[in-house]
Amino acid sequence: MEPTTALKRTPFYEFHRAASGKLVEFAGFEMPVRYTGDVREHLAVRTACGLFDISHMGEFEVRGAGAAAWLDRMVTNHVAALAVGQALYSPMCRPDGGIVDDLLVYRFEDHHLLVVNASNITKDFAWLDANRPEGVSLEDRSDATALLAVQGPKAVDVLRGHVDERALELGYYRFTTGRLFGVQATLSRTGYTGEDGFELYFEPAHAATVWEGLVAAGRAVGLEPVGLGARDTLRLEMGYMLYGNDITDQTTPLEAGLGWTVKLAKGDFLGRDVLVRQKAEGLARRLVGFQLEGRRVPRHDMRIRHGGRDVGAVTSGTFSPSLERPVGMGYVEAGLAGTGTALEIEAGSSALPARVTARPFYTRGTHRS
Amino acid sequence: MTFPPELRYTREHEWAREEGGVVTVGITGYATDQLGDVVFVELPEVGRRLEAGKPFGVVEAVKTVSDLYAPVSGEVVETNDALAADPAAVNRDPYGAGWIVRIRAADAGAVASLLDSLGYAKLVEDAHG
Repeated sequence: MEPTTALKRTPFYEFHRAASGKLVEFAGFEMPVRYTGDVREHLAVRTACGLFDISHMGEFEVRGAGAAAWLDRMVTNHVAALAVGQALYSPMCRPDGGIVDDLLVYRFEDHHLLVVNASNITKDFAWLDANRPEGVSLEDRSDATALLAVQGPKAVDVLRGHVDERALELGYYRFTTGRLFGVQATLSRTGYTGEDGFELYFEPAHAATVWEGLVAAGRAVGLEPVGLGARDTLRLEMGYMLYGNDITDQTTPLEAGLGWTVKLAKGDFLGRDVLVRQKAEGLARRLVGFQLEGRRVPRHDMRIRHGGRDVGAVTSGTFSPSLERPVGMGYVEAGLAGTGTALEIEAGSSALPARVTARPFYTRGTHRS
Repeated sequence: MTFPPELRYTREHEWAREEGGVVTVGITGYATDQLGDVVFVELPEVGRRLEAGKPFGVVEAVKTVSDLYAPVSGEVVETNDALAADPAAVNRDPYGAGWIVRIRAADAGAVASLLDSLGYAKLVEDAHG
């Protein structure tokens, strides 16, 4: 990789260096891909607890009387239905149904917070701003926000005594504001791993207090810092989307199997016409999960074949540390999306036998849903 | 990063050690650091003839995949079958238990034309500017 001075650093950069994190470029940031090893970090999250720096993600504050109604025009899920203290996962579509990004919407008392993918911060802000009505304000708070994820069955044990007790009682996709190692934070029972856990938002000035506090509090339960490598294997075991791989501006939420986030009854929104039509006419292709025999791993952009025909492409693939076998996702002709369908993945000169599998691949996660 | 001085190296990050005309081949500690956890090594058949500089197998890591390139031409005389059960040996001990194949070199002198440890260290350093 070419060194460059243009890469951004999160408030935790020095801690990654100190923990011997291997730093790589990701979405314009210098981020840890791993510290000790992908498998070890992955299993730490499945069995104990992991600490992730995800401060590269973007945060936008939306304010104004019409904010909820406007957001409901911009995203497919139902923002106005949120209670204060509730969060929502949603795709944001273009008029043609292609996905601009997938994001979280938090409803605070006096504003909404959008959390977007790091790779899409500039694009999303421009898209939202261009579609913003008068009376609604949009502010990019990304550089003013530190974000850590604490994920794993022991996450509550790590935080106990260092947050207000009510934070530990939060349901899945609920959040509160309060104390975190003595500093002000937003504590959210959300994550991207399939395990119980929290995402913690606070001011960058408190980075050292919170990071060092979590590492010290986690020592007794085996908390480990976790890099982007294991973040990807954890999310893929759950069949969660990665923007740019599994969903893009060329795919719709229905094709991606995100129909549960598309609320056609809420009123008009960008992309609705196309999604209504897709629903009525049926889909040409669908995102499927598949498992493979053997240990060769499917990778992004490999072709998928069935009956001697090219039927699609791999969007994500990895070796699942929990299942100890390769898994992947990709788009195939809709008629081939049924569980058990035999596929072949083209890996160079090899054809890897695969079988369509229900997701999540990993079904023993401790997250509350 | 330093590399064992008694070994020779390819630009594709294999190491090679010649003993009595047989060349033991593995991948370097730099390669394993770049790859992350190795989960599978696709080994060639014993008896297969390899051509220097041509791919002969695959190393699958969790995050990525890499071809293996033959440092010298010759015939595969042994493969490290223990890697089937323990591919992590490539990460743990890349120059020892993590060896991959042994090749009877068509030209026993071919190994000497590969990079020495200092030349390889410079290549790695240059790659990182």
